[in-house]
Amino acid sequence: MDRVRVATVWLGGCSGCHMSFLDLDEFLIDLAGMVDIVYSPIVDIKEFPENVDVTLVEGAVANEDNLEAIRAVRERTRILISFGDCAVTGNVTAMRNPFGDPASILQQVYVEAATIQGRVPDEEGIVPRLLPSVKPVHEVVPVDVFLPGCPPPAPRIRAALEQLLSTGHVTLEGRDIKFG
Amino acid sequence: MAVRTLTIDGKPVSALEEQTVLDAARDAGIEIPTLCHLDGATDVGACRLCLVEVVGTNRLLPACVTRVAEGMQVVTTSERLREYRRMILELLFAERNHVCSVCVANGHCELQDLAIAQGMDHVRFDYLFPKHLVDVSHPRFGVDHNRCVLCTRCVRVCDEIEGAHTWDVAGRGSRATVITDMNVPWGSATSCTSCGKCVQACPTGAIFRRGSTVAEMDRDRTRLDFIVTAREKKQWIG
Amino acid sequence: MELSDLQDIARKERESQKPIRVRCCTAAGCLSSQGQAVKSALDEAVAANGLEDRVQVIGVGCMGLCSEGPLVQVDPAGTLYERVEPRQCASIVAALDGGDADANVGDTTRPFFTRQVAVVLENSGRIDPERIESYIAADGYHALHTVLHDMTPAQVVETIIAAGLRGRGGAGYPTGLKWATVAKTEADRKFVVVNADEGDPGAFMDRSVLESDPHRILEGMAIAAYAVGASQGYVYVRGEYPLAISRLQTAIRQARRMGLLGTQVFESPFNFRVDIRIGAGAFVCGEETALIRSIEGHRGVPRPRPPYPAASGLFGCPTLINNVETYANIAPILRKGAEWFASIGTEKSKGTKVFALAGKITNTGLIEVPMGTPLRTIVEEMGGGVPDGGTVKAVQTGGPSGGCIPQSALDTPVDYESLAQVGSIMGSGGMIVMDEQDNMVEVARFFMEFCMDESCGKCVPCRAGTVQIHRLLTKIRDRRATDEDLATLRTLCEMVKQTSLCGLGQSAPNPVLSTLRYFPEDYRALIGAPSEPSANGAAPRTA
Repeated sequence: MDRVRVATVWLGGCSGCHMSFLDLDEFLIDLAGMVDIVYSPIVDIKEFPENVDVTLVEGAVANEDNLEAIRAVRERTRILISFGDCAVTGNVTAMRNPFGDPASILQQVYVEAATIQGRVPDEEGIVPRLLPSVKPVHEVVPVDVFLPGCPPPAPRIRAALEQLLSTGHVTLEGRDIKFG
Repeated sequence: MAVRTLTIDGKPVSALEEQTVLDAARDAGIEIPTLCHLDGATDVGACRLCLVEVVGTNRLLPACVTRVAEGMQVVTTSERLREYRRMILELLFAERNHVCSVCVANGHCELQDLAIAQGMDHVRFDYLFPKHLVDVSHPRFGVDHNRCVLCTRCVRVCDEIEGAHTWDVAGRGSRATVITDMNVPWGSATSCTSCGKCVQACPTGAIFRRGSTVAEMDRDRTRLDFIVTAREKKQWIG
Repeated sequence: MELSDLQDIARKERESQKPIRVRCCTAAGCLSSQGQAVKSALDEAVAANGLEDRVQVIGVGCMGLCSEGPLVQVDPAGTLYERVEPRQCASIVAALDGGDADANVGDTTRPFFTRQVAVVLENSGRIDPERIESYIAADGYHALHTVLHDMTPAQVVETIIAAGLRGRGGAGYPTGLKWATVAKTEADRKFVVVNADEGDPGAFMDRSVLESDPHRILEGMAIAAYAVGASQGYVYVRGEYPLAISRLQTAIRQARRMGLLGTQVFESPFNFRVDIRIGAGAFVCGEETALIRSIEGHRGVPRPRPPYPAASGLFGCPTLINNVETYANIAPILRKGAEWFASIGTEKSKGTKVFALAGKITNTGLIEVPMGTPLRTIVEEMGGGVPDGGTVKAVQTGGPSGGCIPQSALDTPVDYESLAQVGSIMGSGGMIVMDEQDNMVEVARFFMEFCMDESCGKCVPCRAGTVQIHRLLTKIRDRRATDEDLATLRTLCEMVKQTSLCGLGQSAPNPVLSTLRYFPEDYRALIGAPSEPSANGAAPRTA
């Protein structure tokens, strides 16, 4: 059997979910025996590949880069996992939403609250433009598995991956579906 | 007092005629999810999580305000009830800004626990992201309206147990909010006795002790129970 | 006040009638199109021609055909003038003794008038709502006298049961049964309450009755109070009805002065006091438990039933709550008998029903028809169909709690059961006609917006569910929705219907569910449309 092609993606989040992923510790070695990590912030591949079996998506959809990325990821992925609270609910990333449009938020943060040289970072092609509002992944593309938590603790990640690799689907129960 | 016999989820149960279906179920060790219900305060039947099916009626009945009856056959869990309860929770999570990860009540929250119990792993509705204020004008307590589920437990304990009626509800529909006095900052609400009953009653992180940080806001409901029991049994008299 | 006094007043009132009477509508509909100026102009013209001893100009209540207002009708000739302007009044007065006036003469033989059967509206547009004598001359308060002197409370209740009257507020609960329940409940204090918190968009039946014939409600209340053993009544009327409130106040004052309200009514041991409570415009206060809370001075939010108000209502006492139109039926039933009333209508729905015709219909206004009249008769014959030859697409009954009945079901008779069968409700009597230009998603969205704004916020399904239903409908309208959204919409509607605390939430999804049932193509057409990223950045789901 072909080795399972796994990717992880980091959108609008703090990378805490990836840190928790690394907390899998020695299971990472078992995992490396079962899957190929074909794309991830922790491996050096620039382009999201085709034919990915499982993608863990950390973070909410907050800017135009995220939007473009998640669409490509969805197209090339068989099973998409919303990985962590930002992906599942918007979480902290989405806490800007009640405060209105991005322009005024940027103004408040980078100009009004600045102590020196206040300026909104807007270098075209370098700083991606913020979307009008931050959205959880499933509001943008269909999601197959939800793995909540901020971050999801390593045992929860392991349980989900083990189920997925052995049965092809994930059924979390009890406190394994806890937010926060 | 007369006793009634009924079945709850097929289990024969006897209950006092004054008891509600919720009380009878709990006595029998059957858990029915609740959110607005608080032992010691009047039930209002508002959250609709405790709705149960009763054989012979098409309507779903709120267990917290439905009295037991002879021969009643109650079903507390069904596919339909699970779906409705989950939807109610999703509606609540989408309605305000419930960010568990940065909430004082994380790990001690009844809304969070309900979501776990009902297997709510994501919200199917659009999050509304309303802009709500945090009022920390009171010297000891604060209220974060982003986390309020409008269960009105604070309103009821303040009115019925403390007798101050500092809390009430203003506004209609999704614009409803709990207020203190005539919608003044809590710190300026002269009727507030700072007794902290609302702090003990709140199911989420909406009402908290100032200075609590993430996951620190644990409640002690036994304090409310203590007062209510003492008052009912007149333990303070004589 | 004794019977002979009452008869005296009636006789004097009839005798003082002048040979020619010019009735001029002064209800809210006509007043909003210069009705008051028309009445003043008529008064002036009569004075200018020195006709005061032969002609009297009477300000009356609603004559029904609001779309053609201001309306003026001349008795005994019966000539009806429509869309009267103040400048035409001189010529109307000049034509009183024959000849043609320079004004639009209405055709009183058209079905709008001839197909009506007036029970509730028998005095509307005929008597002066601001003079109690005018009501007494139209047999007013005679039923109350009969009840107090010749009948026991139980006999009154039996009469109402025998008449088969059902609640006109919408649900159609048997009125007599409700009365019997309150009558049987033992208590030191009981109340009767009139629900005049008419809030459905497009409905104005109760307003019209209160503006046109307020004493009828007071008489109905007094009879009810006697029957159930109450001595205090409240009329809960919405603040948006200032004219209705002021006419009601006048009526209460007049009745009290004549001893028809207050202590020892008609020299009997029966005491009955009526007070008005003005609502602040919350739709939910039309729900009886919320209405009770509001009268008590609390925030108007509903509570779970049981206990029902009949057992524990206002201030915890047994309380009879009926709608304006229900009370309006009481005096005629007592006057003409239960058998007479039961002979009108269908087997299960007795009597008549008042409807407020609105929307894409030629004759906008109020009509009263026997129960069981086919919708088609009301809309096409009486209402004159869609203006400019358009076709009816649907008829919405029951307001935001009701449903849309498609053109194909226009032969449905209007009675409680038949309307329920086609997925709508009788409701309080609002009837909005839609034509081919109307998109049903938009219609459903309009009603959902109304319910969302009017939800009291107490229970979660209604407070938060209506918001999400509205969002889903907006998504569909904006062509951003998927099949999955449509499925969610259905489940959510079902859930809000099944789980909400009060009637507002339980019926809020009806406009959506009924349009989904009859007009799925209106929804389908908006789904699976162009998959362009929308303005707010979200892309439609693709997989």
